[in-house]
Amino acid sequence: MSYNILLCGVGGQGTVLASKLLAAAAGRADRTVHSAETIGMAQRGGPVTSHVRIGDDVYSPLIPKSCADLIIAFEPSEAVRNLPYLKENGALIVNTSVILPVTESLNPSGYTGTEMIAYLRSTIDKCIMVNDGALCESLGSTKFFNVAVLGVAQGAGLIDFTEEDMLDTIRSTVKAAFVDKNIEAFKAGLQAGAEEKEKNPALAEGKEEILQRKLTVEEVEQINALKKEIEDKRNKSY
Amino acid sequence: MKKEYVMGNAAIALGAIAAGVNVVCGYPGTPSSEIIETVAKHNPDKAIHVEWSINEKAAMEVAAGASYAGARCMVTMKMMGLNVASDALMSLAYVGVEGGLVVVSADDPGPISSQTEQDTRLFAKYCRIPVFDPSSVEEAYQMIQDAFEYSEKYKTPVLFRPTTRIDHAYANIEYDETVKPKEIPGFVKNSKRFVIFPRLSRMNHEMIEKRNPQIGDDFSNYKCNTVAGDEGCKKAIVAGGVSYAYAKEYLQKRTDVKLIHVATPHPLPEKFLLDALKGVEEVLVCEELFPYLEEELLLLAGKHHLTYRVLGKHTGNSPLAGENTSEDVAEAIGVFLKEVSPKDEEFIHKIEQIKGQLLGNESAVNVPKPPMRPPVLCAGCPHRASFYAVKKAMKGKKANFSGDIGCYTLGNAMPLDMVDTCLCMGAGITMAQGLHWTDEDCVNFAFVGDSTFFASGMTGVANAIYNNADLILCVLDNSTTAMTGHQPHPGTGINMMGDVVNKIPIEGVLRGMGIEKVLTVNPLDLEAAKKAVSECAECKGVKAIIFKSPCVAIVKKEAECRINENCIGCQSCIREIGCPAISIVDGAVTIDSAMCTGCTLCAQVCPVGAIEKEVH
Ligand code: SF4
Ligand code: SF4
Repeated sequence: MSYNILLCGVGGQGTVLASKLLAAAAGRADRTVHSAETIGMAQRGGPVTSHVRIGDDVYSPLIPKSCADLIIAFEPSEAVRNLPYLKENGALIVNTSVILPVTESLNPSGYTGTEMIAYLRSTIDKCIMVNDGALCESLGSTKFFNVAVLGVAQGAGLIDFTEEDMLDTIRSTVKAAFVDKNIEAFKAGLQAGAEEKEKNPALAEGKEEILQRKLTVEEVEQINALKKEIEDKRNKSY
Repeated sequence: MKKEYVMGNAAIALGAIAAGVNVVCGYPGTPSSEIIETVAKHNPDKAIHVEWSINEKAAMEVAAGASYAGARCMVTMKMMGLNVASDALMSLAYVGVEGGLVVVSADDPGPISSQTEQDTRLFAKYCRIPVFDPSSVEEAYQMIQDAFEYSEKYKTPVLFRPTTRIDHAYANIEYDETVKPKEIPGFVKNSKRFVIFPRLSRMNHEMIEKRNPQIGDDFSNYKCNTVAGDEGCKKAIVAGGVSYAYAKEYLQKRTDVKLIHVATPHPLPEKFLLDALKGVEEVLVCEELFPYLEEELLLLAGKHHLTYRVLGKHTGNSPLAGENTSEDVAEAIGVFLKEVSPKDEEFIHKIEQIKGQLLGNESAVNVPKPPMRPPVLCAGCPHRASFYAVKKAMKGKKANFSGDIGCYTLGNAMPLDMVDTCLCMGAGITMAQGLHWTDEDCVNFAFVGDSTFFASGMTGVANAIYNNADLILCVLDNSTTAMTGHQPHPGTGINMMGDVVNKIPIEGVLRGMGIEKVLTVNPLDLEAAKKAVSECAECKGVKAIIFKSPCVAIVKKEAECRINENCIGCQSCIREIGCPAISIVDGAVTIDSAMCTGCTLCAQVCPVGAIEKEVH
């Protein structure tokens, strides 16, 4: 069994530190851990992802599509971009603060974020929406969001290291001058995560129906007939 | 032993240190750069000589010299650097080495941050030398040590080729921190061995061709060439590099199909493969870049009259270009084993759509499209100002702008649109000359970064002077190798041993070559920069402008700009320079104070002086 966490966002949001903390915590909890960063041209405002894979039967450095147990998205459109990685029953934590492409003023894309958030709300059951500004208000800067959001995941029961593992990891990984602030951030996240868990019972459950209702027998048949039709066509062309 | 969670590149570095490496040199290039940086970090008593060489050829030659004296050497580069180093490597393959010499050439399937999709394995075959192809971070750590052993055993340079997904992946590595570099026996003169002459090449060529099958046999027993699966399987999967990891991810511990891992693609471990393929009727090859193993297997079948079918790139079972993903490999294997039918995106979408309609949940089907996020020059990047000055000064005049490799290639984007060509390292300077000889009325500019100038720009400049070309050389000097992660170079005054050294002044180099008009300007002073460009455009011959201002990604910012109430909303600042810090917020042109570096370029563009600088 493996547990896969994908972190995504925009260059400069601190996803790399968050993934390092997760990997270090997994190591501390004596789990086999692998991770990979897709960096590319990230420092100049491009999309970034970190793949953290915990478990013994992991070989690929990147999480295969439909295999992420948890996606932590630092920006709504990046959540949508990486959704193909989410497992059928996977959980999503998404920051609702929108980052416009750096080319927006020159080359308007019309992106506002609302359509992404609406889509995520309507399709993902295990979805936690957080706002970096609100979550980090007492900390004075959203730059601690990367650690706070790990607290959210922990509080909502979406990662199964102990709180102590995470706190110890922060203490030993983060630069000394920032340890206190980061611990404060993590704790703020913990609380927010715990509240979400209360609110959304789906988070606690193992199996969850993604669709609002099950398909009827006739509907399933209809789809199967269609599948067969396409399948036949393809076989012919082979 | 120390356990550490490290990047693939760091694992390669730590492996080399564990092998007692004495000399490590290379040139920066994604995805290889962190190897040298890691060695430098783990070199407290400076027992290892570590350097950023000025280019890959220099690196290869430094290593060759040290190896002749018996030192263990590692040379690092990205795969295109191997083209530059190939002059030295090709000859060295004939001469051979004394101390183990491993050339790490990182391939970049995709390509993710490169200009080509070339394959180092084929290069190894071309040079007739061994190559190691790791499939994981852990294996890279082990294999680099083995590479040194084989290099010394057969007295040959050895290639080692990780790919981006190995270089930038992380895993836990256990290593011995106390290993000291090897004792260096010292150079024993022997001109019959170390001076390459036609006779020597003829002789060694034959020796190499006889030796390679022996290495192949040796590799047949190499521990990283592995086979899993039951005897008697009719189907086999042959995989190399990270594709092996993807195949494993799909197959896990299954034994109803053979999974064959080729860790040493050249010389081919024939005996191992013949044995592993016994009774096999169909082989699927999973690999990236060239159909290397696929063609080797076809060759092997021809040589031994085997009847297995080989499926891969040539048969449409694997993509011809780009990197493999775990899903691609899974699909190829699934189809091969008749477990899944080929994926048909259109079909899947259609089913989803119908499901959505039936359930009245159409938003679940119509996935909103995330915006594109193309890379741009940083806010406050001095290159933006340099390009803008040239653009303004040449407005309405006929001019070509030859670019080069570095962050400044991004000067091609709107609204700057200032890069007309980009080919390979240093080519802008020489291509500008070629363009000049086709149209002598056009003013030709060549933009080159400081690191690229030292790597391969200087010879092009000499060529222009010698052959009487007209050219304005624009050196974008930001005092670092920004693109690959800010490595130092000969113009920066520090090296990888931590020494403070004399900076080679670019202006002095150009004057020394005989260029009379060499102007140094601060690109952030728009008027002065424009004046320098106009002045150079007036005269004939080779002229040079050094636009000198540090990369903003490494200097602490001391100021930022603000838009005051005089702003008339004309948006000139946005349209003209495209700085990512400026945007329209609630209808008003606004500067993002967190991003702005206070470079003042926008202030110099604003027609009504509505942008003010605030110093901290
Ligand atoms: S001063 Fe103007 S051009 Fe320079 S970084 Fe700030 S907003 Fe961008
Ligand atoms: S990293 Fe430096 S050189 Fe590259 S775009 Fe940013 S400021 Fe310019």
